[in-house]
Amino acid sequence: MTATVPNPTAAASDIAPGALAASTAPATGTAPTTGLVPATATVTAPLSFDAPGSMSISDVSCYYGSHLAVADVSLEIPGRAVTAFIGPSGCGKSTLLRAINRMHEVIPSARAEGTISLDGVDLYAKGVDPVAVRSKVGMVFQKPNPFPAMSIKDNVLAGLIIKGQRPRASAADELVERCLTRAHLWDEVKDRLRKPGDSLSGGQQQRLCIARAIAVQPDVVLMDEPCSALDPISTLAIEELMRDLARDYTVVVVTHNMAQANRISDITAFFSLASAGQPGRLIESGPTGDIFSAPKVIATRDYIDGRFG
Amino acid sequence: MTDSRVAVSGGPAGRRSYGERVFSGSMKGAAIAVALILVGVLVFLAAKGGPAFGDGEGDLPAHATNFLALALPLAFGSVWVAVVALLFAALPAIGVALAATIYAPSARFGRFLGAVLDLLAAVPSVVFGLWGLKVLAPAMVPLFEWLHAKLGWLPFFSGDPSVTGRTVLTASVVVAVMILPIMAAMCRESFALTPPALIEAAYALGATRWEMVRSAVLPVARSGIVAGGMLGLGRALGETMAVAMVLSATPDLISFNVISSENPSTIAAFIASTFPESTGSRVNALIALGLVLFGISLLVSIAGRRIAKKGAQA
Repeated sequence: MTATVPNPTAAASDIAPGALAASTAPATGTAPTTGLVPATATVTAPLSFDAPGSMSISDVSCYYGSHLAVADVSLEIPGRAVTAFIGPSGCGKSTLLRAINRMHEVIPSARAEGTISLDGVDLYAKGVDPVAVRSKVGMVFQKPNPFPAMSIKDNVLAGLIIKGQRPRASAADELVERCLTRAHLWDEVKDRLRKPGDSLSGGQQQRLCIARAIAVQPDVVLMDEPCSALDPISTLAIEELMRDLARDYTVVVVTHNMAQANRISDITAFFSLASAGQPGRLIESGPTGDIFSAPKVIATRDYIDGRFG
Repeated sequence: MTDSRVAVSGGPAGRRSYGERVFSGSMKGAAIAVALILVGVLVFLAAKGGPAFGDGEGDLPAHATNFLALALPLAFGSVWVAVVALLFAALPAIGVALAATIYAPSARFGRFLGAVLDLLAAVPSVVFGLWGLKVLAPAMVPLFEWLHAKLGWLPFFSGDPSVTGRTVLTASVVVAVMILPIMAAMCRESFALTPPALIEAAYALGATRWEMVRSAVLPVARSGIVAGGMLGLGRALGETMAVAMVLSATPDLISFNVISSENPSTIAAFIASTFPESTGSRVNALIALGLVLFGISLLVSIAGRRIAKKGAQA
């Protein structure tokens, strides 16, 4: 953590004009009053919007064909912290997550407008290769998806193997051990690295996918409901891992589990939609403690209290 | 309680079981019929062809001195033409299947490509034969000369190239075009079954489209590709008309040369072209050749199943 106290006038404005102001003034204009003080007990360092891996989303809209799925989202994502996207189904939080690393446009006819920048670099600028974006902004999916034809070891190295850059034996072993240790999986699989990747349990597979994602050295790890297919014990393991990962990576997680968002995230962004078929919008965002204890918008409070719909 | 149960099972259940009996009976009958037909063909081939295995000179077509001398070169020719055709068809089949599934700019284009392939499969074999004879063969001659000049040191291209173009290479290209649709269809099916989660996994690791195909689509589809190849090989082995029309054959020749004017014949083409002028024991010899082809096709089919199974397990 290089910058413990962000300087709103100099450093932050280099990255995105008014970065801090924007972070506390999302689309609805309901700003949390407190600054960047950590909200939850698990947070060990102050949030920083100019730490490495900070992202800035401004005026982003996502389309499927002519259908507007997400409208006008502006949001600051602090570097090396956990940001949670919550909201009802269909509110566009997964779509927005996929727009962050340009996975969104893998679907034919899907596109996004607006600006999403990582460390001040616009990922949607002309000439930016989406393939390069995805190797800087990794992704973990709802269902664990290791490559079934690859061993556990090769799954960790998959990002390099795919690119034809399989490291030499000793470097490969070292990288595999480092990533699996980082993903809290090494002790469980170190004796069976040659077994196929899908021979593991669901929770282990998900941690394998996390090891695979961090092996290509991304700055950001996006997680799309990473625990929704897992049992509570595996979920706990992934939650601990997400907190741990936030020491080195920017973590953005979509979750339907509000207790989980409250436990693990530093910043929470609440999305919702007026009615079915309407585009999803960012309703409120801020330090997780504030969002859960003193939401500014009634819709947020209703959703958190379970009174949605 | 007992009464009501009887009433329930006695009414509609009785009718249903009648219908079920008819249905399952006819299904069983069909299954048995297929097995009986296969056995019947085998019995026919063995009974009519069996005597030919001991035949000597004079009883066999093509002036063969014994059955092995007749069958071996023809069996070689069948396998050789089929394998070369498979080599030509494999990459285009995979390519077309990828174009129709992964690379298609729209679902409509994919369907269009599929329809074109199905049309290709509907073209009669005689038409391909005519095309091969009249169009492809003359067009191939300059290529043969070039191959001979540049790669003449390879056994495949040594010796004087054919001036008519009616060679193993030409016949193989024609057969390749004919087996392309079935192979492409098999590949297309297995590509379309790639789990979307794996495609996403590859893209999320920063894979380009081709890198995604290599890491997510092809490994999973491997058994489907092999199965398609074996189906294509089986078809190529049995292909008769087009080969009989295109190939300028010397039935007792074993040669790997693919551009010469002297070419081995294939079993199917040999039977088709010799049958009209055959009588007596020579007909038996042709039927025995049919039995040999049957055996080869069976081996290919078994091998294909084995490989496909292994691929599915890996």
